[in-house]
Formats: sequence, structure tokens, C-alpha cells
Amino acid sequence: MATRTVELEVGRNPEMGIDGRPAQSPLRPFDVPEPDFGTEEMLINIGPQHPATHGVLRLICELDGETVMSVTPDIGYLHSSFEKLGEYRTWNQIVPLTDRMDYLAPLIYNCAYVMSVEKLMGIEVTERCKVVRVICMELDRIFGHLLWLGTTAIDVGAFTPFLYAFQQRERIYGLHESLTGARITTSATRVGGMMADLPVGWLNSLLGFLDTFPNTLHEIDRLLTGNQIHIGRTQGVGAISAAEAINYGLTGPNLRATGVDYDVRKDRPYYDYETYDFEVPVGEHGDCYDRYLCRMEEMRQSVQILHQAMARLPGGPINVQDTNVSLPSKTDCMSDMESMIHHFKLITDGIPAPEGDCYLAIEGSKGELGMYVVAEEGGTKPVRWRVRPPSFVNLSTIAKLAEGHLVSDLIMINASLDIVLGEIDR
Amino acid sequence: MTDRPLGGLDAVERGPLPSESGATSSFVSIEGESDHPSVAALRARFGSAIQRHRVSAGDQTVVWIDAAKSLEILTWLKDDPGQKYDMMSDVTGVDYGNGRPVEVVYQMFSTTHKRELRLRCPLPLDALEIDSVAGLWHSANWLEREVYDLFGVTFKGHPDLRRILMPQDYAEGHPLRKDFPLRGRFSRAEQTRRALAQDVERFYGAQELVEGGEPQQVFARPARDSGAEG
Repeated sequence: MATRTVELEVGRNPEMGIDGRPAQSPLRPFDVPEPDFGTEEMLINIGPQHPATHGVLRLICELDGETVMSVTPDIGYLHSSFEKLGEYRTWNQIVPLTDRMDYLAPLIYNCAYVMSVEKLMGIEVTERCKVVRVICMELDRIFGHLLWLGTTAIDVGAFTPFLYAFQQRERIYGLHESLTGARITTSATRVGGMMADLPVGWLNSLLGFLDTFPNTLHEIDRLLTGNQIHIGRTQGVGAISAAEAINYGLTGPNLRATGVDYDVRKDRPYYDYETYDFEVPVGEHGDCYDRYLCRMEEMRQSVQILHQAMARLPGGPINVQDTNVSLPSKTDCMSDMESMIHHFKLITDGIPAPEGDCYLAIEGSKGELGMYVVAEEGGTKPVRWRVRPPSFVNLSTIAKLAEGHLVSDLIMINASLDIVLGEIDR
Repeated sequence: MTDRPLGGLDAVERGPLPSESGATSSFVSIEGESDHPSVAALRARFGSAIQRHRVSAGDQTVVWIDAAKSLEILTWLKDDPGQKYDMMSDVTGVDYGNGRPVEVVYQMFSTTHKRELRLRCPLPLDALEIDSVAGLWHSANWLEREVYDLFGVTFKGHPDLRRILMPQDYAEGHPLRKDFPLRGRFSRAEQTRRALAQDVERFYGAQELVEGGEPQQVFARPARDSGAEG
């Protein structure tokens, strides 16, 4: 598969700058003996409410001076048992629950859920719907990565990238709003199709975004990639080897930063991803800096995919033409008896599923996002709806990544994992 | 499971009870050959410990295994050169309700062979325990804690079996079990009373960090289920 190693011409030594020129690192004084202070271990709570935890997360740290001896994450503050709620809702009524999990990339969750249900029911969506969903998912990959970029930069003290990134996010919010009517709680998908087809002129707005977004990304890149402070804070921090990363279940950019070229879009392609021309960026060292490089490159690749998807967007209906799955049009409902009956049955009963279970994984912005649905014969509600949460598994590695680092590095490691607590706690 | 009289909202809280037709009767047991290379290898090696398998959702192979041999089977699947399922994507549970067994589901992926496999392991309600695989895959650590928290399945040999999403002193049981009402076992008044009576200081001390300790006794579990081997 096509991969690109995202190693740049930046020296790996903290004292080396771009092109191998020596640069003064303000962070690490060399050859200074460690002063021998008497220290004692102490227990520090970071969070639950703290801007650097990126959500309602509590990190219980045992510190020796400023060195982290152990970290125990405490999660569950946002637990609202979406999976239990899902068991009381019909298949389509669950869609609004999905975007409330990862509110940083809601369309990916909308799509992943209905894709799993459709696979369970054996529904093949239309070609137009497939391409529209690819557009939605890639757009939200940029959306999620931009939030990560801004907040991570601010955690290492860079304020400008935050403003630049959020300016671009605001434009995607606008695209969300004109597509779905909502900025965050999109709920754009339905089993067998989308809530609505693309509005008139939406693709032009998207094209306008894609024309100028790479410039901003390049500006942020110039601000951070060769920045001595950024390099000093991220290189060699929170490194993990490839074999360990697989064993710890890391997925997404966090895994690819270690050099493993596992991407669900390439390894288990869905929606014809194998026919799109894009590369999967992989890192080498598995540290915070490589995770940064991977995500930056992924945004550029997503722009490429979006251009290709817009070029191949076919016409035709967006919903499957099956009256037992998709709602008929309002005009048909009001004029045609059959359509009205189908509409009534779909709203009151829901869509019956065959007996069985289905696990469908897609490449979310945080990692492998799996949706597992279990149904009984003819069930219009799931017996079990399970989300395989990428952030949850990624966060479980933080104890390993942060051990022995400084508290300030712990903040960087936590930021570089790109977690979203709404999905961890569900 | 509730001991208070059934009120008007209980029908809502009980929600969709599965049909009375027992799950086992509706499953199609496929004993023949499967396309998936791991199935034949598993049957050849473990024989009767492999209960049945089927193809679900078009192309996904599911294998039901005996809980007693789960650790042996999973160790082999991870280490055997022909299998090499080095990534444990997901560990979760399924409760069908009506007294039917709770099933623990393992979703695995092999980065070497680019194959996925799903194992399901039925556990009768009076013996909800299974060997932990957290020693094989670190990713199973938190995932098993979540299954313990939400389904009440005890993972024997887990290094740190504590609740993870619910509070440590949550006394209403395991939320994802079908016998758990949607709005909780306690009334709103009781839930509020307990919330107000909490000693907040206690949540910020070190004592809850003791790892490998005895898992807490939880509500509505028979006494003999308590205690995982630390």
C-alpha cells in the first residue's frame, strides 16, 4: 500500500535545528548537573475540570518532584449510557445518540453506525450515497484533526495555531449547518441513505473551503514543524514501540506514528476507498512529534480524497429505493395510499433486522471506530449496540507513555493522544 | 428484579424484552467447513471446546467457544504463527435477557494476515466469570474492566478489576444487564439522597488506587461470585 514516512529534515537532537544548523534550545540546558534536592512523593489530581485534560478527565498522578511515577486515569464523569439508551430505540432513532459521542467529528459517527446496521441488514446503499458519506467522513477527519491541532498547540504554549485552526473549523461548522441544519449534532445519516441530499451550492462551498484551507494548514505547519519550542516539547516524549502499540490496541494516527501502516481504509476497505488515490502517513519514532506529523499529513491526504470524491460524485437517488427501508417522499405520502402505509409502518414499527450480529470498523479521526450491533429475528431495536471507542483504548496507554516523564510532558502526551471524553465515557 | 410494586413507568423502564423463544433455537448451527482458515484450525486443535460457528452479516465469521478453555484458545490464537491475532480490537458483552447466558465477545484482528475473527463465549448467569486476557493483550485491561462494570462479569486473573465508568461505590448493579431498569434501580429520591450523602473528600484520596485489590461486593450478585484472584 502507498505510505509516506513523515520524517522531515529536522534533526532528532534537541540542539539541532532545520538543515542541521545548531539552534539554541531554550528548554534543555546541557551539561548541568541535576541539583540534589530532597524530594518526596506526592499525589496530584489533574482534573476532572482542567483545560489541559481536554474534557472531564481526572488524572491521578504520583509525582516525585516533577517526575511522574505513575498515572491513573479516572474516567466516567460524562457517562450517560448511550448503549443502554440505544436498546430502547429503533434503528434510526439511535443516529442522534452517535454524534453526541464524538462531538468533534460527528459525521464519522453517524456514518459508521448506519454502515454497521446496513451491513447487518444486507442493505446496499446507492453509489451517490457512498460518495456523499466519504465526503462527510473525510471532511470531519479534517474537522477533528483541526481541533486536536489547535488545542495541542495551545498546550505547548503556541496560541496562534489555535486561532488559525478554529477559524477553519468555523468554516466546516458552516458546511455542517447548510448540510444538516446543525453545527455539531448533525444526525445526517439514516439507515439506507442520508437525511437529505446535498443542498444546492454545497459542493461549491466545500470547494471554496478546500481551495484556501491548505494555505492555512501550511501556515500552521510553518509555525510548528520546525519550531524549537515545539520540537523540544514533543520529540522523544511519550514514545512507544510498534509491537507494544499493537498490543496496547492503539489505532489511528497514534499507531501509525510508530511505523505500523495499519489503516482500516486500506486494510479493510469500505465505500471503494481502495479506488481513491491517497497515501497513509506513517511515522518512525512513535513519539508526540511523529503523531503531530502524521495528523498534519492526514489532513492533506483528506483534502486529496475530497477532491477525488467531488469529481466522481454520481447522480441518482441518495436513498435506497426500498419502501421497507427508506421513507417515501412527502408528496407520495399525501397522494399515494401505499406510500402512506409504508411511511406509517416505518415510523411506528421501524425497520426489521435479521437475527445476527455485525462488527463494522471504519477509520475514524481518532482510530479504529467499530460499531457492533446485535439483533434478534425481526427486531426493530438492537439487542445490543456497542461502540468500540478508539479514544478509550488509546487513553488506556497513557500510564505507560507518561511514566518517568515530567508533568509538563504528561500534558503533551495527553494532548497528542487526541481523546474525546464524550466517546470514552459514552 | 425490583421489589417495589410495578407502576405505570415500569413498562417503559423495562423496555423491549426479547421474545420468549430461547436464543439457542433460532441460531443456525453450522458444523461444516468455513471459508475462514482459523475456524478449521480451531476445530482441529480444540475439538469440542469449539461449540459452533456461523457467518454473520454476510462475511463475518463468529465462533462460539467454551468459557472453561477460553484462555487456552485465545493464547493459541495470539501466538500460533498461522493465526497471529496480535490486536484485540474489542472485548464486550451481550445480554439477551430472559435468563439466557451473558456472552463475552472478543473481536480480534491479525495485522500479519489481515484477518478478523470474532469469538463469543456464553456464560450462564449463575457463573459469570471467565479468565482474563489482559496478560496477553494490554488493550483488554480497560475493555474487561468495562464489561465487569456494565455486565458484572468477573475476569479471573485481571490485574486491576475495578469499576471504570460507574462510580466505585455504585450500588445499583450493572447497567447493561437486561434486568436493569433504564432509569436505575433506586427511585430518584433515593438516588438524590445518596448523592447528597457522599463524602466528597473520599474521592480524591489515594485509597481507591490500590491495584489488584479485592473487587468490591456489588449489589444483586450472589456472594459466591465475589473475589477475583488478584
